[in-house]
Amino acid sequence: MASANSSSSSSVFDVAVIGGGLVGSAIAYGLRGSVESVAVLDEGDVALRASRGNFGLVWLQSKGYGMGAYSHWTLRSTRLWPQLAARLLDETGIDVALEQKGGLTPLMGDHEIEARLAWVERLMAQPGVEPYEWKLLDHHQAAALVPGLGADVTGAIWTPHDGIVNPLKLLRALHAAFARGGVSYLPNHGVEKIEHSAGMFHLRTAARCIHARKIVLASGLHNGALGAQVGIDLPMAPQRGQIIVLERTRRLLDTPMVTLRQNDEGSWLVGDSQEDAGYADHVTTLPVLATLADRAVRTLPALGDVRAVRAWSALRVRAKDGFPVYEQSARHPGAFIATCHSGVTLAAIHAFTLAPMIAAGALAPALDGFSTRRFHVQSA
Amino acid sequence: MFSRLEPPAARTVRITVDGASIACGEGDSVAAALLAAGIDACRDTAVSGTARGPFCMMGVCYDCLVGIDGQPNQQACMTRVREGMVVNRQLGAREVKA
Repeated sequence: MASANSSSSSSVFDVAVIGGGLVGSAIAYGLRGSVESVAVLDEGDVALRASRGNFGLVWLQSKGYGMGAYSHWTLRSTRLWPQLAARLLDETGIDVALEQKGGLTPLMGDHEIEARLAWVERLMAQPGVEPYEWKLLDHHQAAALVPGLGADVTGAIWTPHDGIVNPLKLLRALHAAFARGGVSYLPNHGVEKIEHSAGMFHLRTAARCIHARKIVLASGLHNGALGAQVGIDLPMAPQRGQIIVLERTRRLLDTPMVTLRQNDEGSWLVGDSQEDAGYADHVTTLPVLATLADRAVRTLPALGDVRAVRAWSALRVRAKDGFPVYEQSARHPGAFIATCHSGVTLAAIHAFTLAPMIAAGALAPALDGFSTRRFHVQSA
Repeated sequence: MFSRLEPPAARTVRITVDGASIACGEGDSVAAALLAAGIDACRDTAVSGTARGPFCMMGVCYDCLVGIDGQPNQQACMTRVREGMVVNRQLGAREVKA
């Protein structure tokens, strides 16, 4: 006898989340309990997998230039993060290694300091930005937080809200939570076609068809193409980032920097480049890696003696303007889309704030600014 | 205890492992020499401190890390023995002097 949640072709879910990365997983995690049944449809190993290639910052200080609401949304997520980490530990036994001891953007020379200071002041002055504590530190103040700070670092922007997690442990914890209750994880279910009839969505994959009353598009760079199938016109642009990982050492760096961090198990991550390179996520390039390495060694000269273990590139998921997109389709109500660059930072607010809105069937008016309507302003 | 499949190399090289002198065949990798000498745990992991030894013998698993002539975290399986080489078990994560 077939059970209701077997792999029979007649499965009907309350909500199907398309995408098993950090955005889809955090939303599915947050949907548990609010709805009867949730499915997460994940692609196979061909997926671009930004969730497995990122730097793992929980980061506020660089977010929201050009959209004040994004700064506020990010601030709220950084405040919710301790709750997410504690709940994941409690439910799964997995410590995602959240540390929020403040973070630094290192600056080299007067030109960088002046430019960044002016940039932060303009960011903070925007409407919609909730003021938060930040400081420009001089070399000595920054050196008090970073043992062995290089003399080339003449200043740094600091906030107390910034921090780090282990992004792979985060993804694993979210998936472990699925197994413990209410979420059916369906790997190798890349969605090829979305149909909508009589209040039900039909998601066609190579293997079968999944039926759901509501759907959430959280498929990273595929959201543009999937969005078009539910009447959401989302201009997307992949942006490549390259990362170098150095061998594990005893913990030295407690205060992460936007370009250099040491993770909970001692490995060092050096980032973060930004390139428009199409979908070439399988390529690393020597000029970019050399620049990253040079800046890391100028930031912390002791790293000159620490070996690189590997380097990789991954594609950031970005709407054309770099800000998140949250929207319910007007033409196909019940179809929601979530696209953002910061799947790690925003995981907490996706789980605790966005998911309940989706369960209730409506996004709060405060999220209006995140809709794709901003891309389609008619000229006068 | 591992034993050699082939007869030992004609020439013997001596290295020092944690202060003890051991004889190796010329051309041995450090990892092979350690295993042949009965030392199968050449390091303690950086994360949990548990003992680990050479596993893949081809440069992939990083479970054979040792200190060689003062340089920490060397891959024992990718390094050939040299007369007078000083090898130390890698105990936990290496330190960075800031």
